Amino acid sequence: MNPSVLLLADGRFPAGGHAYSAGVESAVDVGDVRDLASLERYLDGRLAIGVVEAAFAVAAVRANAAQIDLLDAEFEARVLSPRLRTVSRQLGRQLARAAVAVWPDAALSRLAASHDGPHQPVALGVAVGVCGGSPADAASISLHHLAAAACTAGVRLLGLDPLAVAGVQARALARHLPSVDDVAEWSTSTPSRLPAHGGTLTELLGERHGEWDARLFLA
Amino acid sequence: MSPPHDVDLAGLHQHLHAPPGQTAPGSGPGERPLRIGIGGPVGSGKTTLVGALCTLLRDRYSVVVVTNDIFTSEDAQALRAAAVLPEDRIAAVETGCCPHTAIRDDIAANLDAVERLERAHDPVDITLVESGGDNLTAIFSRGLVDQQVFVIDTAGGDDVPRKGGPGVALADLLVINKTDLAPYVGADVERMCTDAADRRSGRPVLPISIVDADGAADVAEWVEASVHSWRAGTAP
Repeated sequence: MNPSVLLLADGRFPAGGHAYSAGVESAVDVGDVRDLASLERYLDGRLAIGVVEAAFAVAAVRANAAQIDLLDAEFEARVLSPRLRTVSRQLGRQLARAAVAVWPDAALSRLAASHDGPHQPVALGVAVGVCGGSPADAASISLHHLAAAACTAGVRLLGLDPLAVAGVQARALARHLPSVDDVAEWSTSTPSRLPAHGGTLTELLGERHGEWDARLFLA
Repeated sequence: MSPPHDVDLAGLHQHLHAPPGQTAPGSGPGERPLRIGIGGPVGSGKTTLVGALCTLLRDRYSVVVVTNDIFTSEDAQALRAAAVLPEDRIAAVETGCCPHTAIRDDIAANLDAVERLERAHDPVDITLVESGGDNLTAIFSRGLVDQQVFVIDTAGGDDVPRKGGPGVALADLLVINKTDLAPYVGADVERMCTDAADRRSGRPVLPISIVDADGAADVAEWVEASVHSWRAGTAP
């Protein structure tokens, strides 16, 4: 396996993902996530929406500068919550900066230097490409980080058994990895035709979470 | 309270004439604000110290603060409520339940907040990064701060300096706070200082009591000396 791609897939890669719960902190607050079974159900819903993020990461792997900007604008249009847009750009900015420090590259430098930073899936896709990873790698890493963020937050916030949670994570990820055909389609698709199915509750809870007086997680 | 604008700009910006052959512009000693980490266990007085330092330094230096308390906005609100700095000079960072990770292993969010504050309030002289309350093994990454202060207190047990750990042993300054409480909790301040000195290879230890801002005067003096070394390029 490509060691650089493994580094990007590692949750310890210092891009700030450890403080992202993929919506689990607010889902715990409203009682949607409270045990292993409800975490698994949440994960199924969140990963189904996460296909949008995976598709944009795939599309960014071999994109040129103009296409990257278009992908960024198209992704922006798919995130309804202003708070979640801000969070996505913060995560993207942090990822681009960490990645360019490890793998110097003009496209990553441009993203890292942009004022608000790129959306996270766009930054991830570009970083995967710079590392020599494939579009399929980008999809897997995107969904893996999403599942890991939700599961880690479940462990930290509810004290769930980490061994059991790892099982939940593995099963849910296996159910939601895209097909070879999907990946092939996303990697050549016009950005406006990439998946656009959002989760209204995720957006609403994300927006409300941003107004909390005290948060443990970024979102 | 607005930041000072009558500071000695010639002295402040001597970094523009830094000798060639150093690291990338804006990243080496003296080329950007001095970043100081304030760490230590829960309840040892980090937020109070940060507030007191802001009060003592804000008239002569441009100061910004990033806080990492577990309940992220709480520290920022405490600082704002005390009106020690204008609200837009303070930023809070979420740490995902792991305050030590955010200052040591994965500093991305803190670095992001630090750089944004420094850019928004350019020129900044001092950036304070306050960690969330953590255990004795926590330490700031050198990628995030240039100098670090570890704050412990007499009420937290006078055996803490003897136990050691990276914070006690390696911080550039060890502060032993709440010396006024020592008689009530049976703590021996002198022994704490001796034990600490044994672990610190000559690095400074300051026993203080911040019943008012002036209680942090010694720490403020250390910060000022650090700023001068930083600008002169003689900081570690």
